[in-house]
Amino acid sequence: MAISLTVNGTSYSVDVPSEMPLLWVIRDIIGLTGTKYGCGIGKCGNCRVHIDGVAKDSCLLPVGDVRGAVTTIEGLSANGDHPLQKAWAKHVVPQCGYCQPGQIMQAAYLLSENPKPTDEDIDASMDDIICRCGTYTRIRSAIKTAAEEMS
Amino acid sequence: MNTIMNMRRRNLRKGVAGRIRLSNMSRRHFLMGAAGTGGFVLGLTLFPIQKNPAAAAGGVFEPSVFLSIAKDGTTTIMCHRSEMGQGIRTGLPIVLADELEADLSRCVIVQAEGDAKYGDQYTDGSHSIVEFYDQMRELGAAGRQMLEQAAAQQWGVAQSECKAQNHKVVHQPTGKSLDFGDLAATAATLEVPAADTLRLKDSKDFRYVGKDTPIVDLKDINQGSATYTIDITMPGMKYASVERCPVTLGKVKSYDASEALKVPGVEAVVEIPPFSLPVVYNALGGIAVVASNTWAAMEGRKKLKITWDYGENAGYESRAYRKSLEESARNKGDVWREEGDVNAAFGSAHRILEAEYYSPLLVHVPMEPPGAVAHVQGDKCLVWSSTQDPQSARDVVAEAIGLDSANVESRMPLLGGAFGRKSKPDFAAEAAVCSKEVGAPVKVTWTREDDVRNGFYHSDCAQHVKAALDANGKVTAWEHRSAFPTINWLWDAAENRPGAWEIDFGLSDLPYDIPNISIEGCEAPVHVRVGWLRSVHNIFHAFAIGSFADEIAYARGRDPVDNLLDLIGPARIIDLSGNPEEYFNYMFGIDKYPIDTGRLIKVVKEAAKMSKWGRSLPSRHGLGIMAHRSFLTYVATVVEVAVADDGTISIPNVYMAVDCGLAVNTDRVRSQMEGATIYGMSAACYGEITAKAGRIQQHNFNDYHVVRMSDCPRDIHVHILQNLDAPPGGVGEPGVPPFAPALYNAVFAATGKRLRSLPLQNHDLSI
Repeated sequence: MAISLTVNGTSYSVDVPSEMPLLWVIRDIIGLTGTKYGCGIGKCGNCRVHIDGVAKDSCLLPVGDVRGAVTTIEGLSANGDHPLQKAWAKHVVPQCGYCQPGQIMQAAYLLSENPKPTDEDIDASMDDIICRCGTYTRIRSAIKTAAEEMS
Repeated sequence: MNTIMNMRRRNLRKGVAGRIRLSNMSRRHFLMGAAGTGGFVLGLTLFPIQKNPAAAAGGVFEPSVFLSIAKDGTTTIMCHRSEMGQGIRTGLPIVLADELEADLSRCVIVQAEGDAKYGDQYTDGSHSIVEFYDQMRELGAAGRQMLEQAAAQQWGVAQSECKAQNHKVVHQPTGKSLDFGDLAATAATLEVPAADTLRLKDSKDFRYVGKDTPIVDLKDINQGSATYTIDITMPGMKYASVERCPVTLGKVKSYDASEALKVPGVEAVVEIPPFSLPVVYNALGGIAVVASNTWAAMEGRKKLKITWDYGENAGYESRAYRKSLEESARNKGDVWREEGDVNAAFGSAHRILEAEYYSPLLVHVPMEPPGAVAHVQGDKCLVWSSTQDPQSARDVVAEAIGLDSANVESRMPLLGGAFGRKSKPDFAAEAAVCSKEVGAPVKVTWTREDDVRNGFYHSDCAQHVKAALDANGKVTAWEHRSAFPTINWLWDAAENRPGAWEIDFGLSDLPYDIPNISIEGCEAPVHVRVGWLRSVHNIFHAFAIGSFADEIAYARGRDPVDNLLDLIGPARIIDLSGNPEEYFNYMFGIDKYPIDTGRLIKVVKEAAKMSKWGRSLPSRHGLGIMAHRSFLTYVATVVEVAVADDGTISIPNVYMAVDCGLAVNTDRVRSQMEGATIYGMSAACYGEITAKAGRIQQHNFNDYHVVRMSDCPRDIHVHILQNLDAPPGGVGEPGVPPFAPALYNAVFAATGKRLRSLPLQNHDLSI
């Protein structure tokens, strides 16, 4: 049965089992590969997307249960100029870069909820997203830079 | 004894085996009437003189292209190394661009495929910059001189009056200039200058080298458009997930795929043949489920019914194995370094200190799990893999499906982390076998559970260390026995003792000024695939050495930094020429890269200064230090720890002083040190893989914990002791080893608890 969903403002109708996780629908069926697989059990946050602005792990979310518009890293900004993306560039946050879409999507959710996060707020909010390269200290700095620009 | 060293040497040297010479590719093509575009193409021409002296003497042989300049000035630089987060797609190109006097904003970096024509592509052992710094400079210098010569020709002036500056050549007397693009066609017709006429830039004139340069993939990464192997798609591509035996060396006895084939989207089941010993990089074997999407493949795989022959390792159990390692390390092993007479020194000692250290198996868990996309068509195969070793990927694929390596095109997009796991391209063979069987392109993606359960593990290790002190507290002897499963086993299943080259990873080069030294490797049978992980055996050797040095400090009532400086002794070059096997020195010449304790002393002093060593700290806070040379680079790390009453730790600060000789891209050197500290912290605090009944007991990030944001040190301060004129050392790995001992020493300073096994989470630090 075809399932309708909106991703980055575009409507899609996908003919997949309703229990297929959103992650694989986005990646393999729709073909947007910015959202990454990292663990499949909601423990690394590399697959994080927004559903109506709220950050969710797409690897655990059956596509049939998606209620709301999906935003992936490709849809966060028109030209990669979201304040977080600019701050990520300024601090040269990424190393391998693989987890960074998940990091940026979670950070965007954090700032939408809490425009002036403290270090403790950042730690609590970003704790779900694993970076094996160890870019955490730069992520903290970049979130603060973006928060300043957005205020 | 040297199987692995030879193997790695083969990997490193494959197809190179000699000197590298420059050639003007475009001139060759021009002379052959094939230039066409009028661009300027400069390559390295490789002469495998040891393999084929006749061909070398005869002229150009299989040339390769590293640099080209188009008529619009666009400068294309090939990156032949795997990018896995270390920044090499920026690091080597800026060396070339700087020497060329190119404007980096007009350069395009193109990823090369895996092919011996590029020389060494084995991106491992922190050696990309070490090995290619001089060659990229020479290439850039040759290009610059040819562009200057081209300008001189076009203007009809002396070449000495023409100087390349930021993508132009300027006629110095008049100030007129021509863009590199305007000179490309003329330069394409010129002879390459002889090696002895190349004029390298003075380091004070470096435009990019020795400074901060943002990585070239920054924008793509931040927008989610960077491409990793897992993102590769091809028309008609299928997706596969492979069930492998949970016990190392186990094989499929029988299987029933009927239920798997009923899962919607599942299209085929492919048997990956079992390997035969030695393991090398071959696919483990198993059953692949091939489907129209990744999820269907994973779901179908869950329905497989497989009966396994678990084989000889079904009784492997980590707790019992640890005891056997510890017992082994209590007995004399193969002596790989001997100075003086330790037994005599112990006989006359005023005091003897003795301790045992243990560290468990680790697994790499790069965020992008292992994976590959292969497309077999007739007798040809195109394979994309997340590999640090594209030439081995090519060979492994060729062997798995019975093709000539020359018919396999091996490509590597960005790697989503690697850490040594992706030097072993077993997964590329799996994709090729599936593609050949189903007649379509196939992407194999390892699940995280596969990655944890079927890895190439960092060896577990038991060490027994013993020191003699005289009546004045001077250390007169150091005996160090290290027992761990050998990586040599990958190439020879009969191997069960550490090789000399493995003891050279941070142990046989013990940099302490002690007259009597015995360094030994002890027997340890192998029950899982072992393989190098970022910093390799330096991790556990630095842990034991750094911890024991700290124990000596307290035993003789000395401040740990003073103690460390006393142990290191005077600035000098350590001579290991008396070792029974030539010291490995990370495969680079000991004359160019000696073991220089003067550099170690400098990083110790710098890190101590950065941390304000000796300052008063709150209760249950502590500072700990360790300094270690690895991969030709010297790093001292001071960790500041705070231990809460309930035993939880936090790390307000880490201070790192690094002397890597020349630091090419200073921002990436800092980021590698930051990342190495986090990687070392994951190992020190959480890392532990265990086996029961031969099966790995951990699964995923739920039970194999790694450092997260809330664990992360508040600040990691990195100071680079820059030396623009020194040969560059390795950068990716040397930041890891000092962390664990520095942390443990800090914990001792904070709590008085001396812990001797990794990871920290196994210890109770509550009051």
